[in-house]
Amino acid sequence: MTIPFSYILRNVAARRLTTALTAGGMALVVYVFATVLMLAAGLERTLVATGQEDNVVVIRRGAQTEVQSGVDRVQAGIVESLADIAVGADGQKQVSKETVVLINLPKRGSNKPSNVVIRGVTPTGLVLRPQVKLAEGRMFRPGTAEVIAGRAIASGFQGAGVGETLRFASRDWTVVGVFDAGRTGFDSEIWGDAEQMLQAFRRLGFSALVFRLADSERFDAARKEIESDPRLTLEAKRETRFYADQSEALSKFISYLGTSISVIFSIGAIIGAMITMYASVASRTAEIGTLRALGFPRTAILVAFLVESLLLGLLGGAIGLAAASFMQALSISTMNFQTFAELAFTFTLTPGIVAASLAFALVMGFVGGFLPAARAARLKIVDALRAA
Amino acid sequence: MFLLLLVIKNAFRHKLRTALTIVGVVVAITAFGLLRTIVDAWYAGANASSSARLVTRSSVSLVFSLPLTYAQKIRQVPGVRGVSWANWFGGVYISERNFFPQFAIDAPTYLDMYPEFILSAEERKAFLTDRTGAIAGRKLADQYGWKVGDQIPLRGTIYTGTWTFNLRGIYDGADQGTDQSSMFFHWDLLNEKIKKLYPRRGDQTGVFVVQLSDPAQAAEVSAAIDATFRNSLAETLTETEKAFQLSFVAMTEAILLAIRAVSFVVIVIIMAVVANTMAMTARERGAEYATLKAIGFSNGFVALLIFAESIGIALLGGLLGIALTLPLAAAFADQMGTLFPIFFVSGATMLMQGGAALLVGTVAAVFPAWRTARLRIVDGLRAVA
Repeated sequence: MTIPFSYILRNVAARRLTTALTAGGMALVVYVFATVLMLAAGLERTLVATGQEDNVVVIRRGAQTEVQSGVDRVQAGIVESLADIAVGADGQKQVSKETVVLINLPKRGSNKPSNVVIRGVTPTGLVLRPQVKLAEGRMFRPGTAEVIAGRAIASGFQGAGVGETLRFASRDWTVVGVFDAGRTGFDSEIWGDAEQMLQAFRRLGFSALVFRLADSERFDAARKEIESDPRLTLEAKRETRFYADQSEALSKFISYLGTSISVIFSIGAIIGAMITMYASVASRTAEIGTLRALGFPRTAILVAFLVESLLLGLLGGAIGLAAASFMQALSISTMNFQTFAELAFTFTLTPGIVAASLAFALVMGFVGGFLPAARAARLKIVDALRAA
Repeated sequence: MFLLLLVIKNAFRHKLRTALTIVGVVVAITAFGLLRTIVDAWYAGANASSSARLVTRSSVSLVFSLPLTYAQKIRQVPGVRGVSWANWFGGVYISERNFFPQFAIDAPTYLDMYPEFILSAEERKAFLTDRTGAIAGRKLADQYGWKVGDQIPLRGTIYTGTWTFNLRGIYDGADQGTDQSSMFFHWDLLNEKIKKLYPRRGDQTGVFVVQLSDPAQAAEVSAAIDATFRNSLAETLTETEKAFQLSFVAMTEAILLAIRAVSFVVIVIIMAVVANTMAMTARERGAEYATLKAIGFSNGFVALLIFAESIGIALLGGLLGIALTLPLAAAFADQMGTLFPIFFVSGATMLMQGGAALLVGTVAAVFPAWRTARLRIVDGLRAVA
């Protein structure tokens, strides 16, 4: 024999202020929990989507980022002669030799400087990144001091909009276009002509090489060839892996910090639920006695109070998640510890996060409700009836 | 006196409920304090910086180095007392997880400029005379169990190869705010190897540190240094050490803002919990409060009773929370090791914790007190909890 669900539901609805305050506390915890997970997921998605599965990034051995790396022209020539590189429609090998440096630019509004990636690319570099599309203006002309800026940079940094000029490496560069890289890491970069960049930054060698595999399965063979060649001090990674590695530290930091904060906060919310449920049990002692006298077993009482508490948790979880889902409209821009460069990303709500948040809310409800429910179930019929 | 007694008796009538509420406040105030301390730790580098030092770096970004010949020219700028230089090394100790900063420094001038790094005379001499010598902060040495005389291998990420250093000294900080998690070695050694590996990149350094004769002249001297190198191949950007450190903090500002915001969320959560407790308490005692009013106590007195009880519970929790924050912060700092070089609970944080507890207690009582004060005696006496 179980207690009807409507009885439980009415109990939750009976004391509105208390229910609202308890569920509100839980909602805030779930909101923090979900937001943080969304942030970590957004960061990972941005960087994972940046890479193409068929592309291979070649950087100097030991370097963790393209900025730290250096590949001289002789080494670049050797890599370029690999047999596994795809050949484009124009008959040229699909290799992009790129110069990647960081420059300091002031942000719009706050005027605070931050590091921005400048990438010198060749026309092949654009072919290798099909997700990059011009959103405004036109492409830069090779051999000129023209650049195009990623969407996040154009809106976030001074002088990076179409028609504006940026000054770096003792030159003025005109921004002639803004590109949309489909919410990938390239949105936080500025692109220009590779040879122009080499001269401007007085570099002799490139930073990194990117090439497309003719056959994706041949990656291990190509990597072995590069890494075992004694003339090359380079290492090769799939582009997807390369960018995923770069999100690791920051996304771990965000999710560790966020999860520990949520767990600590949840103690507060659990205590709130416990107080509410204890009060609920205390004020209904006579009712519980009546139910028991009518023949409802102890387990039915236990379950009824637990379900009441779980409902509180579910209500809080749903409100918290709804509030967190609005965060998807926001984009956040901060420095990635690993690349030392600015990176813009959005809050991303995944089905996994929805499940985890609701589970978290239910666990809070369960933990908060268990002891009071057990007390209710343990009451002796006579004592309970006398309490009224 | 009577009021106080009544409040205390009231507060502990439901022992379990009061205890739970206090525990909730303790957790919230502790979490609030820890989060504020984490934010403080971020700014610690900037707070520990001296106003008598400037940092000169490439105007493009930190990735670009400056020629060493600049040292001579900077020294000639009026108002400059001394010049030293340092270069970020970015080595990995065993695995990427063990992150700590390493700098190649011009040791004699650098150590003179940073008196807050306290090194014994013998250790200083041993370091200066050993070309492959290095010194490390006390906290760093403790974390990895290094002793003077140990060999420390670092795998270079910017400068390839494995570099092995002899630990010649362990420095202490002059005060709590001094960074004791860095490692320093000789710039000469780095330069020598760079010249072999990449001849074109020799005789360069990442930043110059400039000591001022008079800290009040910081702005003029910075401008004069930058003017010296304007329109050269490597233009410079000179700023005070504090501004230099703050520029790093600014880059991760979004995360700091989030942590700050979250530290206030926990206060709101606990406000809801305490408000709930007070609302339930006031409702249950409706008849009592009505009786008090019936025998002539004013509405204000009844409201005062509720406020005093709520603030008392919150403050008790707050004090326990502050007391708990100190050992927890110490344990946290031990766990995090060199990730947060400087980590301690500041006086301002404790004041804010106390203020937050007071706020929680006050806000939580507002609604129940208002409702009870407005309660008609007849309704109160009639009500059954």
